[in-house]
This record gives sequence, C-alpha cells and structure tokens, in this order.
Amino acid sequence: MSPDMRGRSHPTYIAFILHRVSGLLLALFLPLHFWALGQAIQGEAALDGFLRWADNPLVKFAEWGLVVLLALHLAGGLRVMALEFLGWRARQKDMVAISAGVAFAAGVLFLLNVG
Amino acid sequence: METVPKGENAQTSLKVRVWRGDAAGGEFREYAVPARENQTVLDVVTQIQREIEPDLAYRFACRVGMCGSCAMEVNGRARWTCRTHVKRVAAPGEALEIRPLANLPVIRDLATDMAPFFDKWARAGGTFQPKDAPDGAVPAEFSVVPPESKQRREADAGIECIGCGVCYASCDIVAWNPDYLGPAAMNRAWTLVNDVRDGARRERLEAVSGDAGCHSCHSTQSCTERCPKNLDPSSAIAGLKRTLFWDSLWGRLR
Repeated sequence: MSPDMRGRSHPTYIAFILHRVSGLLLALFLPLHFWALGQAIQGEAALDGFLRWADNPLVKFAEWGLVVLLALHLAGGLRVMALEFLGWRARQKDMVAISAGVAFAAGVLFLLNVG
Repeated sequence: METVPKGENAQTSLKVRVWRGDAAGGEFREYAVPARENQTVLDVVTQIQREIEPDLAYRFACRVGMCGSCAMEVNGRARWTCRTHVKRVAAPGEALEIRPLANLPVIRDLATDMAPFFDKWARAGGTFQPKDAPDGAVPAEFSVVPPESKQRREADAGIECIGCGVCYASCDIVAWNPDYLGPAAMNRAWTLVNDVRDGARRERLEAVSGDAGCHSCHSTQSCTERCPKNLDPSSAIAGLKRTLFWDSLWGRLR
C-alpha cells in the first residue's frame, strides 16, 4: 500500500524528506569516497587512473548530483539547527525556501566551474 | 406544488465514502446525501446517521469549534468536521472520504479511543504544579503574571489547545513510535515550562526527553500545519529540545 501523501504535501514535510533521503544517499556514497581516497595511498598511478576515469561526462554528471545532495543535506541540517536553537516561529517556510535556494545555488556554481 | 427547501438542489447529490468498522478492521462504504450550498462535513455525517445508517458511530458535542471532539480524517487530512465546509475540501462533483483519526485505536466507525492521547498528556507532566504548594493544593495567594510580560506571552503561546487530537493524528513520528508523546502533550509541557508559577520544571523536562519525547521529533511540522487553532506545537517541541540542550550542557538538570 502506498503511503497517503495528501496530508504530507506541505513545504516543511518535503524539507524533512529531502534532508533524510539526501543523507541516506550520501551515506551510500561514502564507501566509494573512501575507496577513491584509498587509491591515493596505493600510489600516484592508481589515483591518476581513477581521476582520468572521473573526468568522463557521465561521472561529472553524477558528481553534480553529489554536490546537490551535499548542499541539500547541509541546508536541511542548518534549517533544523536554526529551528531548534533560534526558536523562530513563523518563518519556517521562508527557511525551507532559503535552504532550497542555497542547495540550488551550490549546484549551479558547481556546473559553472565544471564548464 | 412541491417546494424545494431553500439552499437545497434535489438534483445534485454528494457522494461520501465513510469508513465503517471496528478495532478488528473495516472498509469504506459509499453513501449519497443531498448536496447543499452550505454544509459542513459534520452536517454530512449527521445526515447519514439520521437518514441512512442509524448505527453509524461518530462523536461531536458543540458543533462550533470549542470542544474538539469531532475531529476526523477528511480526504486524507485530519480536521475538525464541524468547522470544515464541504466546498472547502471537495470540488463540485468530487466525493468526500471520511475516516476516523489516524494513530488512535478505533472504537467503531468514526469514533476513536482518545485514552492513549490523554494518557500521554499525563506522562508528559501536563498537570500544573504550583511552586508554593507542591502537594497540588491551591496556594493562599495567587501570583500575578502581567499579560504584557514576555513570560506571560511565552506561556500563552500554546495555551489555547483544546486537545482535539488533530496534530497527534497528523504526526508521522507517533505512527512510527507508539510510545512517542506527540505534539499536543509536549505543547502542554512547554506551556508549563514557560509558566513562572510552576514548580515542576525539572521533572517535566525529564519526562519529555529521550526517545519517546522531544528528541524524536523530525520537524516535519505537520502538527503546526494542521492545528485548527493555528498553534505551533513544532516550535514548542523545538523549545523543549533547546531548553534541555542548555540545561544539560550547564548541568542544570541534576
């Protein structure tokens, strides 16, 4: 049975989902990240080989996805910290919008740098 | 000549899917009632009970948004049925879907058992403990907290809760963890934490901490989104987290 989203389609719920899902996907990526770092220990040739592979457009696109995930997770985390420590009351939806904006801007900046 | 009652169109009818059953399970059944220009969801449920299904179980009392007993899930969202106009939730020709409140045991049809909900208010330390009369006796002199003072405004922020259970039924954390105290109980606890006349701050903060308490809140804020009184239980829970954080950091808890 699919979950009933009619009661859940509001900005702060979506912010929660994005924060959670981006965190899970980043956690899945971590082993690959450590493996890549491990290549550096193996020696220069191994790392260079990996970096050359990482230059192909498909990997670059996946990297862009990673940057967006990281930005989403960071912005979502800042939202929760602000909510819990600053005690803002009525500005939550603005905060969601700012978080989304920060994540989007990070993605665009990355794309500009890639080109 | 037959007269059509004012505001009623004999040609149009409103389709209503109502959940019928009990704790063991149930199913939706479809009814048709006259579609009126102005009718609340509670009017529709009452119409079904009086004219079609006399054994339909539901709960209401005041019909004007004061008692908090008529909350149900209407088209996927928990609401007060007495303050919800049909035209606000269903476009012309669209069916209504009415279910009992989520996250609570069903007694029968649309009536849920609110006992677990109120038990959690008690568990969250929802009872006022006068500072100068710890045994619960009424103090000889009432302390005055001026209405304009910051302390009074903080204590007043969540005081209007009437315990309808809409936030509780809208909270996913309650669905995931049946022990979770839920938004209303913690809104009450936060109200009392902010009450300068209250003397049970430490016990209350301990009662609302941990896995069943404020630290499990994921800030999805469905409670704040759905509260019919426009209260903000989500910020109350955040306030509890914040207070517990600083109190633990400075060792004020023990």
